[in-house]
Amino acid sequence: MRRRTGLLELRVNGKPVRFGGPPFTRLLDVLREELGLTGTKEGCGEGECGACSVLLDGRPVNSCLIPVCQAAGRRIETVESLGTPASLNVLQQAFLNQGGAQCGICTPGMLMTAWAYVRGGGSSDPAAIRRELAGNLCRCTGYQHIVNSVISAVRSRRRSLAKKRSAPKRAPVRRRRPAARPRARRR
Amino acid sequence: MSVLRPRSAAEALRLYGRNPGAVPLAGATDFMVGWNAGQANGRTILDLAAVASWAQIRATRSALSIGALATHTQIQRDRHVRRHLPLLVEACATVGGLQIQNRGTLGGNIANASPAGDSFPPLAVYEAVVEIASARGRRRVAFGSIFAGVKKTVLGPGELIEAIHVPIPRTPSRQLWRKVGTRAAQAISKTMVAGLLWLARDGTVSELRFALGSMAPSVRRLTKAEAFVKGKRLTREVIHEACALLKQDVAPIDDIRSTAEYRLAVSENLLAGFLTRQR
Repeated sequence: MRRRTGLLELRVNGKPVRFGGPPFTRLLDVLREELGLTGTKEGCGEGECGACSVLLDGRPVNSCLIPVCQAAGRRIETVESLGTPASLNVLQQAFLNQGGAQCGICTPGMLMTAWAYVRGGGSSDPAAIRRELAGNLCRCTGYQHIVNSVISAVRSRRRSLAKKRSAPKRAPVRRRRPAARPRARRR
Repeated sequence: MSVLRPRSAAEALRLYGRNPGAVPLAGATDFMVGWNAGQANGRTILDLAAVASWAQIRATRSALSIGALATHTQIQRDRHVRRHLPLLVEACATVGGLQIQNRGTLGGNIANASPAGDSFPPLAVYEAVVEIASARGRRRVAFGSIFAGVKKTVLGPGELIEAIHVPIPRTPSRQLWRKVGTRAAQAISKTMVAGLLWLARDGTVSELRFALGSMAPSVRRLTKAEAFVKGKRLTREVIHEACALLKQDVAPIDDIRSTAEYRLAVSENLLAGFLTRQR
């Protein structure tokens, strides 16, 4: 079936968005120029630096290498989804406290890659954090402070989750589990 | 330009058969670099992203079948691959950074046919078989015969890589993956090696498989050195001779990333280290 330029639908930061331009427009350009989400930066434009990192279905990707048609029907999260100046999220606060941002060009991408890691329950092991952030380059070479920021965010998030868990809470709503799907036969 | 977006394998093969000039697209990580530079303008694109059946990894008792659209992240996380093909897991973890690993696919890596494809040395030593499909049928090509030169494969018009079959190897006595680049991440290799070694009870070599990437137009197995060490004990003299044979199976060049001399010296040292190392 030949599908020419149709209207594409994506979810950006929880909101449904429609795009009617060329299907091979870079996701980066749709975010910045169509939607005005200029938090996402362009560094190299060829997938080397990670400055344009956003989350696609929860995973870090380079938005300069994604034709918008491949993002259709999928969840996109940008740095604008994290927090506001008045109410920073735990990772942004950690970057601020630890000096994780210098010139700032890598920061939105660094935050998004690190956010996927922190949110996913990543450990505070510096080696694991460095591996995770290997696709994000910092031209100020401020890596040590960035790693410290992520460690600090991992710890604060753990503390706040633990507090939530120990706080008295309402009885959880029991939801019926969906019936297990029949397991695929393994040949 | 127009984009073809097949929803199934059958539809993909039919569309590609009718539009053999189309550019097949998987994770787009390499294509978009050229596209952003204005290449491929006006070409029809065959976007395979929605062909879900080609993104699966299946295991049988004797082999793993990795769908062409399985991403490098998926391969690293799959428990069967982790258990049986650790060198492939390590190689996939060195492709670009996390962002590229989340998008790039094994089939795309092969179809791209870069001399520096990171997954190639492991696939060469694991003796993978590439399953190729077209609207006319299917055929299998040994991994060692899939490349026809720099950025060229033996895929014909209308043919797509469907899966990569890898026989589960018996547990080796030693194994090695090593990529040598300018930095640990986001680097294209100067040289890289994958090795599997099986020793007999008496300490002689029952089998050596050793492959090098970035050392020739496409990945190379060291057929001469592998045959030479078979049945021998790995004495200093045998290792020295095996390393001397290495250059007969490769053709390194000087380019922006390294020199032929450096590539050869490092590769010989990696082979020597692998053969010398005790368990």
